[in-house]
Amino acid sequence: MAITKPAPTAKPAPTGADRHEPVRTAPGPKPEETPGVGRETQETQDFPQAKGALKGNSAPDASRSPEDNRSPEGKDSRSSLVLTMVLLLLVLLQGPIRGALSAPVMQSWMTVFVAVLVQALPFLVLGVLLSAAIAVFVPPAFFARALPSRPALAVPVAGMAGAMLPGCECASVPVAGALVRRGVTPAAALAFLLSAPAINPIVLTATAVAFPRNPEMVVGRFVASLLVSCVMGWLWQRLGRTDWLRTPERSHYEGPSKSAAFWNSVRHDVMHAGGFLVVGAMAAATLKAVAPASWLRTAAQNPLVAILALAVLAVLLSICSEADAFVAASLTQFSLTAKLAFLVVGPMIDLKLFAMQAGTFGRGFALRFAPATFCLAIAGAVLTGAVLL
Amino acid sequence: MNRQAQAAILFLTGAALLHAGFTNLYLRYVKAGLQPLLLASGAVLIVTALATVWYEWRGRRNGDAEDHDHHQQGQGDAHGHGDTHGHADGHLHGEGHVHREPRISWLLVLPLLALILVAPPALGSYSAMRTGTALQQPYGYDKLPADGPLDLNVVDYATRAVYDHGRSIAGRPIRITGFVALDRTGAPYLVRMALNCCAADAQPVKIALTGRIPPVLEPDKWLEVTGTYTARRTKDPVNNGPIPYFRVTSASPVPTPKDPYDESWNN
Repeated sequence: MAITKPAPTAKPAPTGADRHEPVRTAPGPKPEETPGVGRETQETQDFPQAKGALKGNSAPDASRSPEDNRSPEGKDSRSSLVLTMVLLLLVLLQGPIRGALSAPVMQSWMTVFVAVLVQALPFLVLGVLLSAAIAVFVPPAFFARALPSRPALAVPVAGMAGAMLPGCECASVPVAGALVRRGVTPAAALAFLLSAPAINPIVLTATAVAFPRNPEMVVGRFVASLLVSCVMGWLWQRLGRTDWLRTPERSHYEGPSKSAAFWNSVRHDVMHAGGFLVVGAMAAATLKAVAPASWLRTAAQNPLVAILALAVLAVLLSICSEADAFVAASLTQFSLTAKLAFLVVGPMIDLKLFAMQAGTFGRGFALRFAPATFCLAIAGAVLTGAVLL
Repeated sequence: MNRQAQAAILFLTGAALLHAGFTNLYLRYVKAGLQPLLLASGAVLIVTALATVWYEWRGRRNGDAEDHDHHQQGQGDAHGHGDTHGHADGHLHGEGHVHREPRISWLLVLPLLALILVAPPALGSYSAMRTGTALQQPYGYDKLPADGPLDLNVVDYATRAVYDHGRSIAGRPIRITGFVALDRTGAPYLVRMALNCCAADAQPVKIALTGRIPPVLEPDKWLEVTGTYTARRTKDPVNNGPIPYFRVTSASPVPTPKDPYDESWNN
C-alpha cells in the first residue's frame, strides 16, 4: 500500500489506502478548535464548496463524523495558497491598512502586541528546545529515578526543581508538557509549571531590585509561589482526573532519527504554542491600550478590593515574570500584600498562559485549572502576606 | 497548514527577529539586553524551518523506497494512539504524509505582518497620558559635573527635583531630552517611558513644562529643552504621583534617540 502524498496541486481523490489510514480517520476530541479566535481563523474555513466537493468524492464511511470528512490533503494544498494570498493581499493593501492603523489607540495596541511577542518568543523557543530535548533525548527512566515514586513527595521536589529553569512563564508550559509526556506524574509536572516562572533566580533577583526597601517581598514571593504550586499539585493528585488532561500526542516525538524527531518536535511546539501566544498577546495588548487606568485608584482604597484588583490586573496584563516586580513596585498606592498577590498570581495564570495551557493540555483542563490556580494564588499570597509582611 | 506553509512562517518569523535584532528596531519593543536572545531564537527558528524542509524533501525522496517498511510500522503505531487523538498527525515517519497543525497556528502571521509591514513605533504620548508617572525614590544620586550645563535624562531630573528638592541642580542650566505629551487641557509635558523588559511594562516619567514653551507643540515629537529647575510641582491625575516642573528657556526638535526608552532602572 503506497502511502505517498499527492502533489500539492493534485485533486484530492481518497483512495482505499487513505480510508484505511487509522490516524486520519480517528474520531475524537478536536483540540485545535479554540474559542475567541473566530474571525482570524475564518480565512481557512470559508471554503464550503470545496469541502462539499470533497465530501461527495469520498465514499461514505460510518465511522467518520461529517467533521472528519474534510480530507487533509485538500486542506493542505490550500494552506500554502491561502498563505500566499494573504501575504499578497496585505502587501497590496499596505496603504489603506497603514492609514487605519495610524490612530494612537491602534498604534499603542500594535506596539504592545508586537512587544509581548518579541519578548516572549525567545523564551518560548528556549522552552521548546528544552522540551524537545527532554522528549527526545532524556529517557523516561531518568525521571522515574530523579523524582520520588510517591506522588505526594514528588510534588514538592518538582516544585523546587522549578527554581532551575531560568526564564519566564512562556518557557515553562512546553517543558511541563514534555514532562507529562515523559511519564512524570501530572501533579508533579503541574507543580513545576506553576513554580518555575516565579521562583527562579532571575525573577527573584529582579524582585529584590524592584523592592530595594522591602527584601521581605522576595522571601514572600518565593514562599507563597512554592506553597501555591505544591498545593495545586496535591489538589490535582486528589481531585484531578486524567481525562481532563489531554496529553499531547506522542507521535511528534518519533521519527526516523533522533534529530528528525527533535526538529519535528520543535516545529510543532513553536507553531502550536506560538499560535496561542498570539491570542494571549492580543488580549494583553487590548487591555493595555483600552482599559482605563483610573479604576485602580478607586480600587486601592479598600484593602480587600485592592488585593483582588491587583490579582485581576496580573491576569489581564500578562507581563513577563521577570518584569512584573517593577510594575508592582510602581503601583505605589497599594499595600504590600496586594502587590504580593500581583506577583504570585501573574506568573501562574494570565491571559497568555491560559491560552498556552489550553493549547498544550486542552481546553477542558485549562478551564478547570486556571480558576483554581487563581483562587489558591490569592489565598496563598494573603496568607504569606499576613505572616511575613 | 501543511509543512511548507509552516516552514515558510517559521523562516519569516526567524528572519523578522534577526532583522529586528540586527537593526535598532527591537529597541522599540524590548530592552537592549534581550538582543542576544532575540538573535539566537531567530536563528533557531530559521534552522527549524530548514530542517522541516529538509526532512520533508528527504522523506519524499525516500518515500517510495521505504514504503513497505513504513507501512508495517505505520499500522502498529497508528493503532496505538490514533484513536485517542483527533487530529490527524500524518506523521508516522515524517514523510510522505501531510502534517496539519491546528488552525490557530495561522495567527502567527499577524505579528509577522505587524513587524515587517507596519513596524509600530515605540510607545508615545497616548499611553504616557493614560498611565500614571512611575517616579520612584532612588537609592542615591550620581555625582554631577561641577560646572557647565547639565545633561540630564527625564528620570534623573524628576527624581532630583522631587526627592532631592533640586539641591544638586538648582540654579544651573540643564538640558533634557524627551517626547512631548499634552494632557486634556493642552498643558505640555516632557516624557520618557521607562522600560524593564518589554513595552508591555513600560511606564512614563513625566516633567511638566513651564516658561518659554514653543508656541506649537506636537505630541510624540522629541524635544531637547534647555532651562532651569523650579520648585513648582503638580500631581499626576492618574495615580497622584509627583510631577516636577521645568522652566524652559529654549527648545529644539531632535530626532528620536536610538533607544526610545529609559532603561536605567534595569541595573
